[in-house]
Amino acid sequence: MNSIEVLSRKIESLADGLPPTTIMEVCGTHTHAIRRYGVRQLLPKQVRLVSGPGCPVCVTAQEDVARALALARLPNVTLFCFGDMMRVPCGTASLSSLRADGADVRICVSPMDAFEFAREHPLREVVWFGVGFETTTPHTAALIEAGIRSGVKNLSILCAHKTMPNALRALLGGETRVDALLCPGHVAAITGADAFAFLPEEYGISAAISGFEPEELLLAIFALLKMQASGTPKLVNAYPRVVNPAGNPAARSLVETYFEPCDALWRGLGEISSSGLSLRPAFAKWDAGARFSMEPVAAVPASGCRCGDVLRGRIEPNECALFGQACTPEQPLGACMVSSEGACAAYYQYEGAGI
Amino acid sequence: MCLAIPGRITAIEQEEAVIDYGGTTRRASIRLLPDAAVGDTVLVHAGFVIQKLDPESGAELEALLKEIESL
Ligand code: SF4
Repeated sequence: MNSIEVLSRKIESLADGLPPTTIMEVCGTHTHAIRRYGVRQLLPKQVRLVSGPGCPVCVTAQEDVARALALARLPNVTLFCFGDMMRVPCGTASLSSLRADGADVRICVSPMDAFEFAREHPLREVVWFGVGFETTTPHTAALIEAGIRSGVKNLSILCAHKTMPNALRALLGGETRVDALLCPGHVAAITGADAFAFLPEEYGISAAISGFEPEELLLAIFALLKMQASGTPKLVNAYPRVVNPAGNPAARSLVETYFEPCDALWRGLGEISSSGLSLRPAFAKWDAGARFSMEPVAAVPASGCRCGDVLRGRIEPNECALFGQACTPEQPLGACMVSSEGACAAYYQYEGAGI
Repeated sequence: MCLAIPGRITAIEQEEAVIDYGGTTRRASIRLLPDAAVGDTVLVHAGFVIQKLDPESGAELEALLKEIESL
């Protein structure tokens, strides 16, 4: 791998002749890595990096969090989720506060933990709170498949899975002004690089799929700037050791078997058509929403939280008046401050609160 | 959340692989990558092997940089 200095120097000399260029990353792991390795500080002034809606925790609608809380409150339910979801505030509660009050909420590394638990505890109703993009949805599909194969009766899914392409379309078709996109490497590992070809084709925007090491991020940024300089937007796969054109066929067909596209609510962005996944009607009995006939919930986001503007790349986290004051990683008001991959939390952790 | 960690497969038992992450071993499902084999370096995300890492990537990167230079 070429050293960071070599790439920085290439970027520097290339950027000299370029107008100000805004590059958006749409992967929480990129957001975190960019802050952690100080990638911004390695770039010339005219290159600006902004964070988009790439952290699954941050884009999960308050309504979905409220549904998870409602389920967790049921006495016979054990709710499994990824650790990042625990502290997302919803009104005065969170999954974490419910657990402290005695609700059975469990953090797992793999959704299959929910399956094992359901098998061992047939008298509990086990719910998996499925959150995440294309990288994570196949896991939920594999969980359903395992459930069907084994015949467990006490397992269901609260599905808040989302898909990237139409969210990007909504963003680029709106007021968000970006010149180039850094595409998420591990989403592309599943979808294939080709899933992002619409960016140059439909929007004339340069796109590069990137890995997560500082060299890989710089390589992708270099590719984006090179395309800006030559005026020929394309899609470059700058993470070929992991990403191929077609992605992971087994994962894709598993998702295809159990899920179909649906309109989805994104925190801060509102409803985006065909940007989420719901269980196909044939598998409706695995849907926790149907199984527990929940009332529709309206959730009011924390007043003053500007997550929507942060997720659109309109403001930097520290431009939110609550940043570092009322809202900190210890006492988060908005989801962007909860997950370490959220733009606000990553900013707070690596740039500090006072800037 | 889309963090994935590379490791090497040291054994496969039915739909599960034993993965060595430089000394620590953990199990992961190969349901999403059924043709994974012992010796493969793979990416693991949330308990599942999601992709194989290309062993030729060093050479490929040189080619990639050349390709980018000519964009
Ligand atoms: S700093 Fe907190 S309140 Fe402000 S946008 Fe970020 S998460 Fe929301």
